[in-house]
Amino acid sequence: MRKTLAVAAVALATVSFAGAAQARDQIRVVGSSTVYPFTTAVAEQFGKAGKFKTPVVESTGTGGGFKLFCAGVGPDHPDLTNASRAIKKSEMESCAKNGVTDVVEMKVGYDGIVLAASKKAKHIDVTRKQLFQALAKEVPVNGKLVENPYTTWNQIDPSLPASKIEVLGPPPTSGTRDAFLELVMEPGAEAFPEIKDLKKSDEKAFKKVFSSIREDGAYVEAGENDNLIVQKLDANANAFGIFGYSFLDQNADKLQGSMVDGVAPTFDAIAAGKYPVSRPLFVYAKKAHVGQIPGIKEYLAEYTSEKAWGKAGYLADKGLIPMPDSERKEQATKVNALEALKM
Amino acid sequence: MVENAIAVTPAQAAASRLKQRYAAETRFKFLGISAIVLSLSFLALLLVTILSNGLTAFVQTSIRVDITLDAETLGIDPVKPSADALSSANYGQVIKNAMYKAFPAVESRPELRQLAAMVSSGADVGLRKMLVANPSLLGTTQSVWLVADDDVDMAMKGHITRKAGAEGSRLTDAQLGWLDELEARGNVAKRFNTALFTVGDSREPEQAGLWGAVVGSFFSLSITLLVCFPLGVATAVYLEEYAPKNRWTDLIEVNINNLAAVPSVVFGLLGLAIFLNFFGFPRSAPLVGGLVLALISLPTIIIAARAAMKAVPPSIREAALGLGASKLQMVTDHVLPLSMPGILTGTILGMAHALGETAPLLMIGMVAFIVDIPASPLDPAAVLPVQVYLWADSPERAFVERTSAAIMVLLFFLATMNLAAIFLRKKFERRW
Repeated sequence: MRKTLAVAAVALATVSFAGAAQARDQIRVVGSSTVYPFTTAVAEQFGKAGKFKTPVVESTGTGGGFKLFCAGVGPDHPDLTNASRAIKKSEMESCAKNGVTDVVEMKVGYDGIVLAASKKAKHIDVTRKQLFQALAKEVPVNGKLVENPYTTWNQIDPSLPASKIEVLGPPPTSGTRDAFLELVMEPGAEAFPEIKDLKKSDEKAFKKVFSSIREDGAYVEAGENDNLIVQKLDANANAFGIFGYSFLDQNADKLQGSMVDGVAPTFDAIAAGKYPVSRPLFVYAKKAHVGQIPGIKEYLAEYTSEKAWGKAGYLADKGLIPMPDSERKEQATKVNALEALKM
Repeated sequence: MVENAIAVTPAQAAASRLKQRYAAETRFKFLGISAIVLSLSFLALLLVTILSNGLTAFVQTSIRVDITLDAETLGIDPVKPSADALSSANYGQVIKNAMYKAFPAVESRPELRQLAAMVSSGADVGLRKMLVANPSLLGTTQSVWLVADDDVDMAMKGHITRKAGAEGSRLTDAQLGWLDELEARGNVAKRFNTALFTVGDSREPEQAGLWGAVVGSFFSLSITLLVCFPLGVATAVYLEEYAPKNRWTDLIEVNINNLAAVPSVVFGLLGLAIFLNFFGFPRSAPLVGGLVLALISLPTIIIAARAAMKAVPPSIREAALGLGASKLQMVTDHVLPLSMPGILTGTILGMAHALGETAPLLMIGMVAFIVDIPASPLDPAAVLPVQVYLWADSPERAFVERTSAAIMVLLFFLATMNLAAIFLRKKFERRW
């Protein structure tokens, strides 16, 4: 018994060290959970073609992805990272410090963030200013910032329904929340002249005003799981939810997207850039790994092919909003030539 | 004599106290019963929700079509089909042609696309398997069940409406019409979902399976068992039979008990620092997952093993020593065999706990989209709870029922392990 165990332990140790020393033959991707559904779909198609192993895609969040991606060059570090925003300067610097100097940026398409409600509710049209008033912790009333006094939508504007303000949305750790603050709350706050003045005089205080979401129960942090929000909206006709367009697309029989600034969140409106709450999605590739890890170039080629990210491609079917024709072409040439970002 | 009027005799006082005590007793019992009823009803609610959501995932809608395995369309040399040509042939096109033939009236290009989209994009895999296994089918026409697209599947199961003209439906009116027609012909059926148990993960719900995660869980738990059973038992033997009772052993004991209560994500960070960064083990590998899970279950096993050894009566030890056995012989021949049922029970419960962990695996990269079935503990792999987590987060409607199905499979394994623990205890337990 003891002898068998010892043999097993030795065998295990040998196998593991041999394995660790071996070079990797499989692409590894980390990063944003928003880009994850698209990168995985491409990975699956790429693997099905049979020439290379299916890439392994981890969902670590944009920030966590860059941290892993920038940690160094070599088989122990990921080859690609997904991001729901462009790389920050600080991240570029940390990349460069660890020897990751040549990074290829690929914009893959757009994602809309929608304010949706059950089909049983009345269809509404809100402005970003009204959304700010409904959701910010402190709002201006008669020129002074006070604790948010609004409890029903029609207190903000008579055209809105007389129901209680109840919005289910992502928690602060989520990239969707960051994008929502940047695309809705910031322009919403700027619509008030007194806050706009604040931006000029005190940038930090301004940031605090638009990024503080009320905590009195009108905004409910629903966790990272968007399916949960969908179920809750279906059960409660008065509630609104904030999540990515693909979930609205999949549940269009139960939910409706509210119009923001007069534009409904449809595929065409987001693709045309008319819907105001949309953001670009990115994938970053490590140029130093091309040629070291097999298949990176081919994987990028699959991603940038029309059958993947084109208007009728399989990514559009998964809810990705494709870029306009000219931009796709431009990105594809740039990416396939492995043009690195300027540091 | 007012006082006398309200005074009670000692016997009356005792009787009223007795009544109060009985009442208290009844209340206490009632509280206990309601606690049990409440927790049972929560459990029932959980099980009913999972079952009602997930049972339908064990069947999958399929469409029967007559497929002409035409060598020319497939792009295979009909005289001498090579294995290579058979596996890379254009199966998608023969499937499309078969669908077109089933509805010859459809002509416009967008409608033809919609028609072809009713069959899963992964349907060619089954067809390829069939032809590779039996190349003589080339040139014949076969009636084949093809896996339907997930939207068709959801409509058949009633999760999305089949009424034509419904706003926001994932299926067009034309597709719904074809579905009705196919059903009238008897060419649509819900068949057992074999893919769920034979393939790895996929982004298409109808092609997604749990097998990769099951294999990943198996590798991880094997490593865990291999590491923590010998370590745990050895630790318990030393602490229980050899260690002197002093401040150091007390300190070790307190620390082991504390370790059992450390949040599992902390062990994940430890695994990241030690196994990945220091030893350079591969990311996402069940080897590392198993080692981390071993750290988590080790305290549980040590505590259970010590308790089992403590339960062996000292008279047995004394008898062994008295007859001239060495301390090692006493442990291996008497104490260990007698405490083995308890140790095994503890080990199985520790393993069951490890089977359900996700948080520590997040840190070492096992929460990932992995399609290939792992062939060794060094290949990237997911585990069952991770698969549940990933599916629960997917936008596709059909993943909702598959999430519940995955939970059922996980619960099945957990229940089996716990039953095994109970069985071992009942069968081998010795009482003195």
